[in-house]
Amino acid sequence: MSASKVPLLSVQDLRVRFSTDEGIADAVDGVSLEVREGETLALVGESGSGKSVSSLAIMGLVPRPVGEVIGGRVLFRGRDGEVRDLLRLPPRALRRIRGDEIAMVFQEPMSSLNPVYTLGEQIAETVRLHQGKDHRAALRVAAEMLALLGIPDPEARLSAYPHQISGGMAQRVMIAMALACRPRLLIADEPSTALDVTIQAQVLDLIARMKREIGMAVLFITHHLGVVAEIADRVTVMYAGRVVEQAPTAALFATPRMPYTQGLLRSVPRLSTDDSARTRLEAIPGEAPNPFDQPPGCRFHPRCTHALPGTCDNAVPGMEACGTDHAVRCARWRAIAGVPA
Amino acid sequence: MARFLLTRALQALFTLWVVVSLVFLLIHATGDPIAVLAPQQMNAHDRAILRAALGLDQPLTVQYFRYWAGVLHGNLGVSYYSGQPAMRLILERVPVTLELVGLSIGVAVLLGVPFGIWAAVRPDGVADRVLRNLSVLGSSVPTFFLGILLIYVFSVAFNILPASGAGGLQHFIMPAFTLAFFRIALFTRLVRSTLLETLNQNHVRTARAKGVSEPVVILKHALRTALLPLVTVFGLQFGQLFAGAVITETIFALPGMNRMALQALYRLDYPIILAYVLVVAAMFVTINFLVDMAYGLLDPRVRDHG
Ligand SMILES: Nc1ncnc2c1ncn2[C@@H]1O[C@H](COP(=O)(O)OP(=O)(O)OP(=O)(O)O)[C@@H](O)[C@H]1O
Ligand SMILES: [Mg+2]
Repeated sequence: MSASKVPLLSVQDLRVRFSTDEGIADAVDGVSLEVREGETLALVGESGSGKSVSSLAIMGLVPRPVGEVIGGRVLFRGRDGEVRDLLRLPPRALRRIRGDEIAMVFQEPMSSLNPVYTLGEQIAETVRLHQGKDHRAALRVAAEMLALLGIPDPEARLSAYPHQISGGMAQRVMIAMALACRPRLLIADEPSTALDVTIQAQVLDLIARMKREIGMAVLFITHHLGVVAEIADRVTVMYAGRVVEQAPTAALFATPRMPYTQGLLRSVPRLSTDDSARTRLEAIPGEAPNPFDQPPGCRFHPRCTHALPGTCDNAVPGMEACGTDHAVRCARWRAIAGVPA
Repeated sequence: MARFLLTRALQALFTLWVVVSLVFLLIHATGDPIAVLAPQQMNAHDRAILRAALGLDQPLTVQYFRYWAGVLHGNLGVSYYSGQPAMRLILERVPVTLELVGLSIGVAVLLGVPFGIWAAVRPDGVADRVLRNLSVLGSSVPTFFLGILLIYVFSVAFNILPASGAGGLQHFIMPAFTLAFFRIALFTRLVRSTLLETLNQNHVRTARAKGVSEPVVILKHALRTALLPLVTVFGLQFGQLFAGAVITETIFALPGMNRMALQALYRLDYPIILAYVLVVAAMFVTINFLVDMAYGLLDPRVRDHG
């Protein structure tokens, strides 16, 4: 195994359950995925498939008591080379990793900033916490980060409050905050949706540069397959709380094996830079399953044109290797691909 | 800012005018002070002289305008009984009431806020359940009952605290606690629910994702953004207590302004009642103003949008 294949993050059989008034939802149901040192892994899937919840679980941030991590392991290899299970780490040790070694950009940038503190204070807080810098030095780092993200007049922005800036600007501030401590892993949940195309390109560039400069790895959650093709080394596809396909980006686009992935790709005919991919993702016929009442067997079978009664609605298929570094969860992938068993 | 202050000052004057006018009309509709003031054997002629001397023979509108004319000259009339200026009598009693109210709000905040945090940190934990039961108790025990119970235990049975009168701090311990009891429960519940709500907000999640420690998450991020509703209620309670300590002042025989006002009400001593109402209304207006100013200090969004 080459050094770049040693996993930085290895999520194994992760399970997250929400108990609400409407019922019990296994939002993440046995998810396994891997982010390797320095790579970008894209996590894609329809709305509600459990992408955000998986990322929250990795960080130990599943909202309690509604949500609960009921199983699995999150192995992370720290700067010191130690591998630790983040789900079983004492709070102090977990806090040292959060914001420093693993940083997160949340899906809703505006509400993710604290309304009563200045942007400078919010970025500087992380720097003070993990790098032991005093407030002034931390503010300098904050200004540098804002400048890196192409925010005009960064010094002046430091004293602005969240309500005084736009959603796109808030998104970039969140990214600046996440990158301030030069994390080894960046978890970015839809980091470019609130941005216009030029700024989006700028942000993706910056992330790529940080990857090169500090060897940062990225778990990139997105609806946008155009962006996936552009930046991801590998892709993990989720459907209804489960991983259904996992492959290097080129292989996934060339030979998607799971009918759901095929549907996703068909709904994006070209690599578009506009944001309409989001709506097209939902253009697969049929409705997303009810999280409180999932179909038995393969959860995609009610919408799948290849579904075989007695097979697909019966047992949950396991992940099966179907190529180099390529795995699929589909009982019928061989038949569909015309590959002899 | 100057414009803002001017608007607020005008609003305040308007409020004072409305409140005092309403009370003026109400008390004149409720009874005849002469009937209470004059000795039983006084004859009708002398009563008429007394009535004229107090200006009570004039039509209501004349009395009303005379009253305000007096107020504008800083004269709020004299007590029908002692002949002393009404405002001075009330103002002399204000410090006792202020001390009582300040102490009880202080106790309620100092206990209620930490209790609320404690309960919110582990919802449905032991602390939360114990505090919830205590707070039901706190909001259902009547003030007079608690006051009498305290007097019985600490003054009668153990004789360690004075049962009545105002002197040193020891005179205020039981009354302040009596008043605070309900507020401790109120603040505990309020802090708990506001904090629980804020702890689920996205920006608190961000703080945790940054590696901020839990006490700092709670105090610096969650509680800090939840302060607005708390400050409002603290202010409201202060105003309410200021004018609502009457039972406590009576039970513990504290010479506060509420007890004086109650006595004045029995005797229909109009000038005292009106002076009291003016002081209470001014207090409410001041508190509202301070709460508004606190909003601006606490929340940058309010600062920007006025
Ligand atoms: N706070 C919550 N309370 C109850 N259920 C929740 C909560 N958060 C998430 N869920 C459940 O978890 C499931 C997965 O949600 P998640 O946010 O991970 O989806 P997602 O893949 O990120 O979707 P999107 O692309 O829209 O962001 C949802 O179906 C929802 O039912
Ligand atoms: Mg999401």
